[in-house]
Amino acid sequence: MVNLKKYNDVSKLFVIFLTFFFVASCSKQNYVTKIEGKRIPITEKENHVPAIENFIKPYREHINKDLDSVLAYCPETLDKSAGKWQSTIGNLMADVTLMRGNIVFQAREKKNIDVCLLNSGGIRSILPKGNVTARTAFEIMPFENSLVVIALKGEQILEMIDFFIAEKKPHPLAGVTFTIDKNNFAKNILVQGKPVQKETIYYVGTNDYLSGGGDNMNFFKKGVQKFDLEYKLRNILIDYFKEVDTIPVIKDVRITVE
Amino acid sequence: MKRREFIEKTAAGSALLSLGVSLSSFETSKTRQLTVLHTNDVHSYIDPFPADHPRNANMGGVARRAALIETIRKENPNVLLLDAGDIFQGTPYFNYYGGELEFKLMSMMQYDASTIGNHDFDNGVEGLLAQMPHAKFQFLSANYDFKNTVMDGYVKPYKIFNKNGIKVGVFGLGIELAGLVDKGMYKETVYNNPVETAQDIVRILKKEKQCDIVICLSHLGYKYRDEPNKICDLKLAELTQDIDLIIGGHTHTFLDKPTVAKNLVGKEVLVNQVGCYGINLGRIDFYVDNNKSKAFEGKSIIV
Repeated sequence: MVNLKKYNDVSKLFVIFLTFFFVASCSKQNYVTKIEGKRIPITEKENHVPAIENFIKPYREHINKDLDSVLAYCPETLDKSAGKWQSTIGNLMADVTLMRGNIVFQAREKKNIDVCLLNSGGIRSILPKGNVTARTAFEIMPFENSLVVIALKGEQILEMIDFFIAEKKPHPLAGVTFTIDKNNFAKNILVQGKPVQKETIYYVGTNDYLSGGGDNMNFFKKGVQKFDLEYKLRNILIDYFKEVDTIPVIKDVRITVE
Repeated sequence: MKRREFIEKTAAGSALLSLGVSLSSFETSKTRQLTVLHTNDVHSYIDPFPADHPRNANMGGVARRAALIETIRKENPNVLLLDAGDIFQGTPYFNYYGGELEFKLMSMMQYDASTIGNHDFDNGVEGLLAQMPHAKFQFLSANYDFKNTVMDGYVKPYKIFNKNGIKVGVFGLGIELAGLVDKGMYKETVYNNPVETAQDIVRILKKEKQCDIVICLSHLGYKYRDEPNKICDLKLAELTQDIDLIIGGHTHTFLDKPTVAKNLVGKEVLVNQVGCYGINLGRIDFYVDNNKSKAFEGKSIIV
Protein backbone atom coordinates (compact mmCIF):
# COMPACT_ATOMS: atom_id res chain seq x y z
CA MET A 1 0.00 0.00 0.00
CA VAL A 2 2.73 2.41 0.99
CA ASN A 3 4.46 1.74 -2.27
CA LEU A 4 1.31 2.35 -4.22
CA LYS A 5 0.65 5.66 -2.50
CA LYS A 6 4.11 6.74 -3.48
CA TYR A 7 3.41 5.66 -7.02
CA ASN A 8 0.23 7.74 -7.00
CA ASP A 9 2.16 10.84 -5.94
CA VAL A 10 4.71 10.26 -8.64
CA SER A 11 2.03 9.82 -11.27
CA LYS A 12 0.33 13.02 -10.11
CA LEU A 13 3.62 14.86 -10.37
CA PHE A 14 4.16 13.34 -13.76
CA VAL A 15 0.77 14.57 -14.92
CA ILE A 16 1.43 18.06 -13.60
CA PHE A 17 4.82 17.99 -15.28
CA LEU A 18 3.27 16.91 -18.57
CA THR A 19 0.62 19.61 -18.32
CA PHE A 20 3.19 22.30 -17.75
CA PHE A 21 5.41 20.85 -20.45
CA PHE A 22 2.57 21.05 -22.95
CA VAL A 23 1.55 24.56 -22.01
CA ALA A 24 5.11 25.78 -21.93
CA SER A 25 6.21 24.15 -25.15
CA CYS A 26 3.12 25.25 -27.00
CA SER A 27 3.25 28.89 -25.96
CA LYS A 28 6.79 29.28 -27.26
CA GLN A 29 5.82 29.09 -30.90
CA ASN A 30 3.05 31.14 -32.46
CA TYR A 31 1.46 30.25 -35.74
CA VAL A 32 -0.42 32.68 -37.95
CA THR A 33 -3.64 30.87 -38.81
CA LYS A 34 -5.65 33.61 -40.42
CA ILE A 35 -5.05 37.06 -41.94
CA GLU A 36 -7.76 39.52 -42.82
CA GLY A 37 -7.10 42.74 -44.70
CA LYS A 38 -9.22 45.67 -45.71
CA ARG A 39 -9.22 49.38 -46.54
CA ILE A 40 -11.27 51.65 -44.29
CA PRO A 41 -12.24 54.99 -45.86
CA ILE A 42 -12.17 57.98 -43.51
CA THR A 43 -15.38 59.86 -44.22
CA GLU A 44 -17.58 62.52 -42.68
CA LYS A 45 -19.55 59.74 -40.95
CA GLU A 46 -16.66 59.34 -38.58
CA ASN A 47 -16.75 61.29 -35.31
CA HIS A 48 -13.74 63.35 -34.46
CA VAL A 49 -11.65 63.29 -31.31
CA PRO A 50 -12.17 66.69 -29.60
CA ALA A 51 -8.69 66.66 -28.04
CA ILE A 52 -7.11 66.33 -31.47
CA GLU A 53 -9.42 68.92 -32.99
CA ASN A 54 -8.62 71.42 -30.22
CA PHE A 55 -4.93 70.76 -30.62
CA ILE A 56 -5.02 71.56 -34.35
CA LYS A 57 -7.17 74.68 -33.92
CA PRO A 58 -4.50 77.27 -32.98
CA TYR A 59 -2.21 76.07 -35.77
CA ARG A 60 -5.05 76.30 -38.29
CA GLU A 61 -6.05 79.75 -37.09
CA HIS A 62 -2.52 81.03 -37.35
CA ILE A 63 -2.15 79.72 -40.91
CA ASN A 64 -5.52 81.10 -41.94
CA LYS A 65 -4.66 84.51 -40.55
CA ASP A 66 -1.41 84.46 -42.44
CA LEU A 67 -2.90 83.15 -45.68
CA ASP A 68 -5.52 85.86 -45.52
CA SER A 69 -3.18 88.76 -44.86
CA VAL A 70 -3.19 91.21 -47.78
CA LEU A 71 -0.12 91.09 -50.03
CA ALA A 72 -1.21 93.14 -53.04
CA TYR A 73 -4.17 94.75 -54.79
CA CYS A 74 -5.77 93.65 -58.04
CA PRO A 75 -7.51 96.50 -59.92
CA GLU A 76 -9.70 94.25 -62.09
CA THR A 77 -10.63 90.58 -62.19
CA LEU A 78 -8.16 88.53 -64.24
CA ASP A 79 -9.91 85.57 -65.86
CA LYS A 80 -8.52 82.90 -68.16
CA SER A 81 -11.84 82.51 -70.00
CA ALA A 82 -11.82 86.15 -71.14
CA GLY A 83 -9.53 85.68 -74.14
CA LYS A 84 -9.25 83.43 -77.19
CA TRP A 85 -5.47 83.19 -77.60
CA GLN A 86 -4.31 85.05 -74.55
CA SER A 87 -5.73 86.00 -71.20
CA THR A 88 -4.74 88.64 -68.70
CA ILE A 89 -4.18 86.05 -65.98
CA GLY A 90 -2.21 83.86 -68.42
CA ASN A 91 0.04 86.75 -69.44
CA LEU A 92 0.64 87.57 -65.80
CA MET A 93 1.45 83.98 -64.85
CA ALA A 94 3.83 83.47 -67.78
CA ASP A 95 5.59 86.83 -67.26
CA VAL A 96 5.96 86.35 -63.52
CA THR A 97 7.16 82.75 -63.89
CA LEU A 98 9.76 83.79 -66.49
CA MET A 99 10.91 86.74 -64.42
CA ARG A 100 11.15 85.01 -61.04
CA GLY A 101 12.43 81.78 -62.56
CA ASN A 102 15.27 83.74 -64.08
CA ILE A 103 16.48 84.82 -60.64
CA VAL A 104 17.16 81.15 -59.82
CA PHE A 105 18.25 80.10 -63.32
CA GLN A 106 20.75 82.93 -63.70
CA ALA A 107 22.21 82.31 -60.26
CA ARG A 108 22.53 78.57 -60.79
CA GLU A 109 23.24 78.15 -64.48
CA LYS A 110 24.30 81.65 -65.60
CA LYS A 111 21.71 81.39 -68.37
CA ASN A 112 18.46 83.15 -69.24
CA ILE A 113 15.03 81.67 -69.66
CA ASP A 114 13.88 82.76 -73.15
CA VAL A 115 10.33 81.48 -73.19
CA CYS A 116 7.69 80.44 -70.68
CA LEU A 117 4.79 78.17 -71.59
CA LEU A 118 2.29 76.90 -69.03
CA ASN A 119 -1.12 75.31 -69.47
CA SER A 120 -4.42 77.09 -69.34
CA GLY A 121 -5.87 74.10 -67.46
CA GLY A 122 -3.36 74.63 -64.68
CA ILE A 123 -4.91 77.95 -63.73
CA ARG A 124 -7.58 76.80 -61.31
CA SER A 125 -9.18 80.08 -60.33
CA ILE A 126 -9.65 83.70 -61.29
CA LEU A 127 -7.59 86.46 -59.70
CA PRO A 128 -10.46 88.51 -58.32
CA LYS A 129 -10.54 92.28 -58.15
CA GLY A 130 -9.60 93.49 -54.69
CA ASN A 131 -7.14 92.39 -52.06
CA VAL A 132 -4.73 89.64 -53.03
CA THR A 133 -3.57 87.14 -50.40
CA ALA A 134 -1.44 84.02 -50.27
CA ARG A 135 -4.71 82.10 -50.26
CA THR A 136 -5.41 83.56 -53.70
CA ALA A 137 -2.19 81.94 -54.89
CA PHE A 138 -3.25 78.61 -53.35
CA GLU A 139 -6.59 78.87 -55.20
CA ILE A 140 -5.03 79.73 -58.55
CA MET A 141 -2.31 77.13 -58.19
CA PRO A 142 -3.39 74.38 -55.78
CA PHE A 143 -1.03 71.85 -57.33
CA GLU A 144 2.48 71.18 -56.13
CA ASN A 145 4.01 71.74 -59.56
CA SER A 146 7.43 73.28 -59.70
CA LEU A 147 9.35 75.16 -62.36
CA VAL A 148 11.42 73.20 -64.84
CA VAL A 149 13.55 74.67 -67.61
CA ILE A 150 13.91 72.62 -70.80
CA ALA A 151 16.55 73.36 -73.42
CA LEU A 152 14.73 73.11 -76.74
CA LYS A 153 16.03 73.51 -80.29
CA GLY A 154 14.36 76.11 -82.50
CA GLU A 155 12.72 73.23 -84.34
CA GLN A 156 10.79 72.30 -81.21
CA ILE A 157 9.83 75.94 -80.66
CA LEU A 158 8.12 75.69 -84.06
CA GLU A 159 6.40 72.45 -82.97
CA MET A 160 5.32 74.22 -79.81
CA ILE A 161 3.70 77.00 -81.81
CA ASP A 162 1.96 74.51 -84.14
CA PHE A 163 0.62 72.82 -81.04
CA PHE A 164 -0.52 76.15 -79.66
CA ILE A 165 -2.44 76.97 -82.85
CA ALA A 166 -4.00 73.49 -83.02
CA GLU A 167 -5.08 73.62 -79.35
CA LYS A 168 -6.86 76.98 -79.64
CA LYS A 169 -6.47 77.59 -75.92
CA PRO A 170 -5.10 80.66 -74.15
CA HIS A 171 -2.10 78.85 -72.65
CA PRO A 172 0.07 81.29 -70.70
CA LEU A 173 2.93 82.27 -72.99
CA ALA A 174 5.81 84.72 -72.58
CA GLY A 175 8.96 85.49 -74.55
CA VAL A 176 7.49 84.54 -77.95
CA THR A 177 5.36 86.49 -80.40
CA PHE A 178 3.94 85.26 -83.66
CA THR A 179 1.24 85.81 -86.24
CA ILE A 180 -1.33 83.28 -87.37
CA ASP A 181 -1.91 83.72 -91.09
CA LYS A 182 -5.12 83.12 -93.05
CA ASN A 183 -4.14 79.48 -93.65
CA ASN A 184 -3.77 78.94 -89.93
CA PHE A 185 0.03 78.81 -90.11
CA ALA A 186 2.47 80.68 -87.91
CA LYS A 187 4.73 83.39 -89.26
CA ASN A 188 6.94 86.16 -87.88
CA ILE A 189 7.93 83.95 -84.97
CA LEU A 190 10.15 85.97 -82.63
CA VAL A 191 11.85 84.74 -79.48
CA GLN A 192 12.89 87.60 -77.23
CA GLY A 193 12.34 89.86 -80.26
CA LYS A 194 14.62 87.88 -82.62
CA PRO A 195 13.54 85.52 -85.41
CA VAL A 196 13.60 81.90 -84.27
CA GLN A 197 16.55 79.79 -85.58
CA LYS A 198 16.02 76.05 -86.07
CA GLU A 199 19.41 75.01 -84.64
CA THR A 200 19.58 77.48 -81.79
CA ILE A 201 19.00 76.26 -78.23
CA TYR A 202 16.29 78.10 -76.33
CA TYR A 203 15.57 77.77 -72.63
CA VAL A 204 11.88 77.25 -72.01
CA GLY A 205 10.37 77.47 -68.54
CA THR A 206 7.37 75.29 -67.79
CA ASN A 207 6.10 73.10 -64.99
CA ASP A 208 7.33 69.61 -64.15
CA TYR A 209 4.05 68.06 -65.29
CA LEU A 210 4.15 69.58 -68.78
CA SER A 211 7.89 68.97 -69.13
CA GLY A 212 7.19 65.25 -69.09
CA GLY A 213 4.77 65.58 -72.00
CA GLY A 214 1.68 66.28 -69.90
CA ASP A 215 -1.37 67.72 -71.72
CA ASN A 216 0.15 66.30 -74.95
CA MET A 217 3.00 68.80 -74.90
CA ASN A 218 5.24 66.14 -76.40
CA PHE A 219 7.74 68.62 -77.82
CA PHE A 220 9.06 69.03 -74.27
CA LYS A 221 10.18 65.42 -74.34
CA LYS A 222 12.58 66.31 -77.17
CA GLY A 223 14.48 68.67 -74.90
CA VAL A 224 18.27 68.36 -74.94
CA GLN A 225 18.66 69.35 -71.30
CA LYS A 226 16.42 69.69 -68.26
CA PHE A 227 16.87 71.87 -65.18
CA ASP A 228 14.66 71.39 -62.17
CA LEU A 229 14.61 74.73 -60.37
CA GLU A 230 12.79 73.32 -57.28
CA TYR A 231 10.66 76.44 -57.19
CA LYS A 232 6.96 75.81 -56.87
CA LEU A 233 4.75 77.81 -59.21
CA ARG A 234 2.58 78.76 -56.26
CA ASN A 235 5.56 80.11 -54.36
CA ILE A 236 6.56 82.09 -57.46
CA LEU A 237 3.14 83.74 -57.31
CA ILE A 238 3.27 84.37 -53.56
CA ASP A 239 6.78 85.85 -53.80
CA TYR A 240 5.58 88.08 -56.63
CA PHE A 241 2.50 89.23 -54.71
CA LYS A 242 4.72 90.19 -51.79
CA GLU A 243 6.96 92.19 -54.11
CA VAL A 244 4.31 94.11 -56.05
CA ASP A 245 1.78 96.64 -54.80
CA THR A 246 -0.79 96.66 -57.59
CA ILE A 247 -1.17 93.72 -59.98
CA PRO A 248 -0.70 94.87 -63.60
CA VAL A 249 -3.37 94.06 -66.19
CA ILE A 250 -1.21 92.84 -69.06
CA LYS A 251 -2.83 93.17 -72.49
CA ASP A 252 0.09 93.38 -74.95
CA VAL A 253 -0.51 91.40 -78.15
CA ARG A 254 1.66 88.31 -78.32
CA ILE A 255 -0.36 86.40 -80.88
CA THR A 256 -1.66 88.30 -83.89
CA VAL A 257 -4.35 86.78 -86.08
CA GLU A 258 -4.61 87.86 -89.73
CA MET B 1 -6.57 -6.62 -4.53
CA LYS B 2 -3.24 -5.03 -5.23
CA ARG B 3 -3.76 -5.43 -8.92
CA ARG B 4 -7.24 -3.81 -8.87
CA GLU B 5 -6.00 -0.87 -6.89
CA PHE B 6 -3.17 -0.40 -9.35
CA ILE B 7 -5.66 -0.25 -12.21
CA GLU B 8 -7.80 2.28 -10.34
CA LYS B 9 -4.83 4.49 -9.69
CA THR B 10 -3.72 4.21 -13.27
CA ALA B 11 -7.19 5.09 -14.45
CA ALA B 12 -7.19 8.12 -12.18
CA GLY B 13 -3.78 8.98 -13.49
CA SER B 14 -4.78 8.76 -17.12
CA ALA B 15 -7.91 10.74 -16.38
CA LEU B 16 -5.72 13.42 -14.86
CA LEU B 17 -3.35 13.13 -17.76
CA SER B 18 -6.11 13.57 -20.32
CA LEU B 19 -7.52 16.43 -18.26
CA GLY B 20 -4.07 17.97 -18.29
CA VAL B 21 -3.77 17.66 -22.04
CA SER B 22 -7.22 18.97 -22.70
CA LEU B 23 -6.48 21.81 -20.30
CA SER B 24 -3.33 22.65 -22.16
CA SER B 25 -5.00 22.44 -25.55
CA PHE B 26 -7.79 24.64 -24.22
CA GLU B 27 -5.13 27.14 -23.22
CA THR B 28 -3.32 27.10 -26.53
CA SER B 29 -6.31 27.06 -28.83
CA LYS B 30 -7.18 30.49 -27.54
CA THR B 31 -6.48 32.59 -30.63
CA ARG B 32 -4.87 35.96 -30.20
CA GLN B 33 -5.42 38.83 -32.60
CA LEU B 34 -3.00 41.51 -33.72
CA THR B 35 -4.51 44.45 -35.55
CA VAL B 36 -2.09 46.33 -37.77
CA LEU B 37 -3.35 49.77 -38.79
CA HIS B 38 -1.46 51.78 -41.34
CA THR B 39 -1.24 54.97 -43.38
CA ASN B 40 1.16 56.21 -46.07
CA ASP B 41 1.87 59.46 -47.92
CA VAL B 42 -0.31 61.56 -45.64
CA HIS B 43 1.62 64.61 -46.92
CA SER B 44 0.63 67.03 -44.14
CA TYR B 45 -3.10 66.59 -44.81
CA ILE B 46 -4.45 67.39 -41.37
CA ASP B 47 -7.86 68.86 -42.18
CA PRO B 48 -10.45 66.90 -44.16
CA PHE B 49 -10.87 67.75 -47.84
CA PRO B 50 -13.45 70.50 -48.37
CA ALA B 51 -16.99 69.59 -49.41
CA ASP B 52 -16.48 71.04 -52.89
CA HIS B 53 -13.28 69.14 -53.65
CA PRO B 54 -13.68 67.47 -57.06
CA ARG B 55 -12.10 64.16 -56.10
CA ASN B 56 -11.91 63.68 -52.35
CA ALA B 57 -14.77 65.77 -50.98
CA ASN B 58 -15.17 65.39 -47.21
CA MET B 59 -12.55 62.64 -47.02
CA GLY B 60 -9.73 62.27 -44.54
CA GLY B 61 -8.87 64.46 -41.55
CA VAL B 62 -6.66 63.60 -38.59
CA ALA B 63 -9.35 64.14 -35.90
CA ARG B 64 -11.56 61.59 -37.67
CA ARG B 65 -8.72 59.16 -38.21
CA ALA B 66 -7.99 59.41 -34.50
CA ALA B 67 -11.64 58.56 -33.72
CA LEU B 68 -11.55 55.55 -36.02
CA ILE B 69 -8.33 54.33 -34.41
CA GLU B 70 -9.85 54.80 -30.93
CA THR B 71 -12.88 52.73 -31.90
CA ILE B 72 -10.67 49.93 -33.21
CA ARG B 73 -8.49 50.04 -30.08
CA LYS B 74 -11.59 49.61 -27.91
CA GLU B 75 -12.55 46.57 -29.96
CA ASN B 76 -9.05 45.10 -29.80
CA PRO B 77 -6.36 46.87 -27.77
CA ASN B 78 -3.66 44.78 -29.43
CA VAL B 79 -2.94 47.33 -32.14
CA LEU B 80 0.22 48.22 -34.05
CA LEU B 81 -0.10 51.61 -35.75
CA LEU B 82 2.36 52.25 -38.58
CA ASP B 83 3.14 54.76 -41.33
CA ALA B 84 5.07 54.13 -44.55
CA GLY B 85 6.57 57.61 -45.00
CA ASP B 86 6.02 60.94 -46.75
CA ILE B 87 4.48 62.44 -43.66
CA PHE B 88 5.69 65.84 -44.84
CA GLN B 89 4.81 68.28 -47.65
CA GLY B 90 1.51 69.03 -49.27
CA THR B 91 -0.40 71.62 -47.24
CA PRO B 92 0.49 74.96 -45.63
CA TYR B 93 0.79 73.09 -42.29
CA PHE B 94 4.15 71.85 -43.50
CA ASN B 95 5.20 75.15 -45.04
CA TYR B 96 4.43 76.96 -41.80
CA TYR B 97 5.49 74.47 -39.13
CA GLY B 98 7.94 72.16 -40.88
CA GLY B 99 6.25 68.94 -39.78
CA GLU B 100 5.90 69.74 -36.08
CA LEU B 101 2.12 69.34 -36.04
CA GLU B 102 2.24 66.16 -38.12
CA PHE B 103 4.61 64.47 -35.64
CA LYS B 104 2.72 65.74 -32.58
CA LEU B 105 -0.59 64.43 -33.90
CA MET B 106 0.90 61.06 -34.82
CA SER B 107 2.30 60.86 -31.28
CA MET B 108 -1.14 61.67 -29.84
CA MET B 109 -2.67 58.90 -31.93
CA GLN B 110 0.05 56.60 -30.54
CA TYR B 111 1.74 55.65 -33.76
CA ASP B 112 4.32 52.94 -33.05
CA ALA B 113 6.66 53.46 -35.99
CA SER B 114 7.18 55.07 -39.36
CA THR B 115 9.66 54.74 -42.17
CA ILE B 116 11.17 57.72 -44.00
CA GLY B 117 9.87 58.86 -47.39
CA ASN B 118 11.65 61.05 -49.92
CA HIS B 119 9.50 64.07 -49.02
CA ASP B 120 10.52 63.74 -45.38
CA PHE B 121 13.84 65.20 -46.60
CA ASP B 122 12.11 68.28 -48.04
CA ASN B 123 13.56 70.52 -45.33
CA GLY B 124 16.85 68.63 -45.41
CA VAL B 125 18.25 66.24 -42.82
CA GLU B 126 18.46 69.25 -40.52
CA GLY B 127 14.75 69.93 -41.00
CA LEU B 128 13.94 66.33 -40.13
CA LEU B 129 16.19 66.44 -37.07
CA ALA B 130 14.49 69.64 -35.91
CA GLN B 131 11.16 67.79 -35.66
CA MET B 132 12.52 64.72 -33.85
CA PRO B 133 11.63 66.04 -30.37
CA HIS B 134 7.95 66.01 -31.43
CA ALA B 135 7.87 62.34 -32.45
CA LYS B 136 7.18 59.78 -29.73
CA PHE B 137 7.25 56.95 -32.25
CA GLN B 138 10.25 55.14 -33.72
CA PHE B 139 11.67 55.91 -37.17
CA LEU B 140 12.73 52.78 -38.99
CA SER B 141 14.95 52.48 -42.04
CA ALA B 142 17.27 49.56 -42.64
CA ASN B 143 18.73 50.70 -45.96
CA TYR B 144 19.33 54.40 -45.26
CA ASP B 145 22.58 54.89 -43.41
CA PHE B 146 22.48 58.19 -41.53
CA LYS B 147 25.84 57.65 -39.82
CA ASN B 148 27.48 60.67 -41.44
CA THR B 149 24.52 63.00 -41.04
CA VAL B 150 22.94 64.93 -38.18
CA MET B 151 20.22 62.23 -38.09
CA ASP B 152 22.73 59.69 -36.77
CA GLY B 153 21.19 57.77 -33.88
CA TYR B 154 17.58 58.74 -34.54
CA VAL B 155 16.69 55.97 -36.96
CA LYS B 156 16.77 52.24 -36.22
CA PRO B 157 16.84 49.50 -38.86
CA TYR B 158 14.13 47.52 -37.09
CA LYS B 159 12.13 47.29 -33.90
CA ILE B 160 10.56 44.27 -32.24
CA PHE B 161 7.17 44.81 -30.66
CA ASN B 162 5.77 42.35 -28.14
CA LYS B 163 2.04 42.55 -28.57
CA ASN B 164 0.19 40.30 -26.12
CA GLY B 165 2.80 37.57 -26.55
CA ILE B 166 3.03 37.99 -30.30
CA LYS B 167 6.53 38.96 -31.35
CA VAL B 168 6.33 41.37 -34.29
CA GLY B 169 9.48 42.47 -36.12
CA VAL B 170 9.06 45.69 -38.10
CA PHE B 171 11.74 47.11 -40.38
CA GLY B 172 11.85 50.02 -42.80
CA LEU B 173 13.05 50.48 -46.39
CA GLY B 174 13.48 53.74 -48.30
CA ILE B 175 13.61 54.64 -51.98
CA GLU B 176 16.79 55.60 -53.87
CA LEU B 177 17.39 59.27 -53.16
CA ALA B 178 19.73 60.21 -56.02
CA GLY B 179 17.71 61.83 -58.80
CA LEU B 180 14.64 62.11 -56.61
CA VAL B 181 15.79 64.31 -53.75
CA ASP B 182 18.30 67.12 -53.99
CA LYS B 183 21.68 66.02 -52.64
CA GLY B 184 21.78 69.18 -50.54
CA MET B 185 18.75 67.86 -48.68
CA TYR B 186 19.78 64.26 -47.94
CA LYS B 187 23.50 65.15 -47.65
CA GLU B 188 25.57 62.09 -46.71
CA THR B 189 22.64 59.74 -46.21
CA VAL B 190 23.68 56.45 -47.86
CA TYR B 191 21.12 54.40 -49.77
CA ASN B 192 21.81 50.68 -49.61
CA ASN B 193 20.30 47.96 -51.80
CA PRO B 194 16.83 47.30 -50.36
CA VAL B 195 16.64 43.61 -51.34
CA GLU B 196 20.01 42.68 -49.82
CA THR B 197 19.21 44.75 -46.74
CA ALA B 198 15.82 43.11 -46.38
CA GLN B 199 17.34 39.63 -46.62
CA ASP B 200 19.83 40.43 -43.85
CA ILE B 201 17.25 42.03 -41.57
CA VAL B 202 14.63 39.33 -42.08
CA ARG B 203 17.18 36.65 -41.20
CA ILE B 204 17.88 38.47 -37.93
CA LEU B 205 14.19 39.00 -37.16
CA LYS B 206 13.03 35.50 -38.07
CA LYS B 207 15.99 33.25 -37.23
CA GLU B 208 17.84 35.05 -34.44
CA LYS B 209 15.05 36.99 -32.77
CA GLN B 210 12.35 34.38 -33.48
CA CYS B 211 9.68 36.86 -34.52
CA ASP B 212 6.23 35.45 -35.16
CA ILE B 213 5.34 38.12 -37.72
CA VAL B 214 7.68 40.20 -39.90
CA ILE B 215 6.42 43.49 -41.35
CA CYS B 216 8.26 45.68 -43.84
CA LEU B 217 7.45 49.39 -43.92
CA SER B 218 8.44 50.36 -47.42
CA HIS B 219 8.61 53.64 -49.30
CA LEU B 220 9.84 51.90 -52.46
CA GLY B 221 6.55 52.19 -54.36
CA TYR B 222 4.02 49.52 -55.29
CA LYS B 223 4.97 48.96 -58.94
CA TYR B 224 6.53 50.87 -61.87
CA ARG B 225 4.91 49.95 -65.16
CA ASP B 226 7.37 51.98 -67.26
CA GLU B 227 10.43 50.89 -65.31
CA PRO B 228 10.20 47.10 -64.96
CA ASN B 229 13.68 46.82 -63.46
CA LYS B 230 13.10 49.33 -60.71
CA ILE B 231 12.72 47.80 -57.27
CA CYS B 232 9.19 48.01 -55.92
CA ASP B 233 7.08 46.31 -53.26
CA LEU B 234 5.86 43.55 -55.58
CA LYS B 235 9.43 42.74 -56.62
CA LEU B 236 10.62 42.91 -53.02
CA ALA B 237 7.93 40.38 -52.08
CA GLU B 238 9.06 38.00 -54.85
CA LEU B 239 12.78 38.29 -54.10
CA THR B 240 12.68 37.70 -50.34
CA GLN B 241 11.26 35.25 -47.85
CA ASP B 242 9.79 35.28 -44.33
CA ILE B 243 8.14 38.70 -44.74
CA ASP B 244 4.46 38.46 -43.84
CA LEU B 245 3.34 41.94 -44.78
CA ILE B 246 4.76 44.81 -46.83
CA ILE B 247 3.12 48.13 -46.06
CA GLY B 248 3.99 50.41 -48.93
CA GLY B 249 3.94 54.04 -49.98
CA HIS B 250 5.38 56.53 -52.47
CA THR B 251 3.28 55.66 -55.55
CA HIS B 252 0.02 56.84 -53.91
CA THR B 253 -1.55 53.57 -54.97
CA PHE B 254 -5.15 53.12 -53.88
CA LEU B 255 -5.46 49.36 -53.52
CA ASP B 256 -9.05 48.21 -52.98
CA LYS B 257 -7.64 45.37 -50.93
CA PRO B 258 -4.19 44.02 -50.10
CA THR B 259 -2.39 42.16 -52.88
CA VAL B 260 -1.43 38.57 -52.11
CA ALA B 261 1.98 37.99 -53.71
CA LYS B 262 4.22 34.89 -53.66
CA ASN B 263 7.67 35.08 -52.12
CA LEU B 264 10.94 33.35 -53.06
CA VAL B 265 9.78 30.02 -51.59
CA GLY B 266 6.22 30.22 -52.86
CA LYS B 267 4.62 31.43 -49.64
CA GLU B 268 2.09 34.23 -49.51
CA VAL B 269 3.10 37.81 -48.70
CA LEU B 270 0.58 40.57 -48.29
CA VAL B 271 1.40 43.88 -49.98
CA ASN B 272 -0.78 46.83 -49.09
CA GLN B 273 -0.95 50.57 -49.75
CA VAL B 274 -3.88 52.88 -49.01
CA GLY B 275 -3.45 55.79 -51.43
CA CYS B 276 -2.51 59.09 -49.83
CA TYR B 277 -3.53 62.20 -47.84
CA GLY B 278 -5.05 60.23 -44.93
CA ILE B 279 -8.09 59.34 -47.02
CA ASN B 280 -7.97 55.70 -45.93
CA LEU B 281 -6.71 53.62 -43.05
CA GLY B 282 -5.37 50.17 -43.85
CA ARG B 283 -6.27 47.35 -41.50
CA ILE B 284 -4.64 43.93 -41.42
CA ASP B 285 -5.67 41.47 -38.69
CA PHE B 286 -3.36 38.59 -37.85
CA TYR B 287 -4.89 35.70 -35.91
CA VAL B 288 -2.20 33.80 -34.09
CA ASP B 289 -2.43 30.41 -32.42
CA ASN B 290 0.17 28.44 -30.55
CA ASN B 291 -1.50 25.11 -31.17
CA LYS B 292 0.63 23.52 -33.84
CA SER B 293 -2.18 21.32 -35.14
CA LYS B 294 -4.09 24.46 -36.12
CA ALA B 295 -1.07 25.70 -38.00
CA PHE B 296 -0.97 22.46 -39.98
CA GLU B 297 -4.43 23.23 -41.25
CA GLY B 298 -2.77 26.10 -43.09
CA LYS B 299 -3.45 29.78 -42.85
CA SER B 300 -6.35 31.43 -44.54
CA ILE B 301 -6.03 34.89 -46.07
CA ILE B 302 -9.24 36.83 -46.37
CA VAL B 303 -8.93 40.07 -48.32
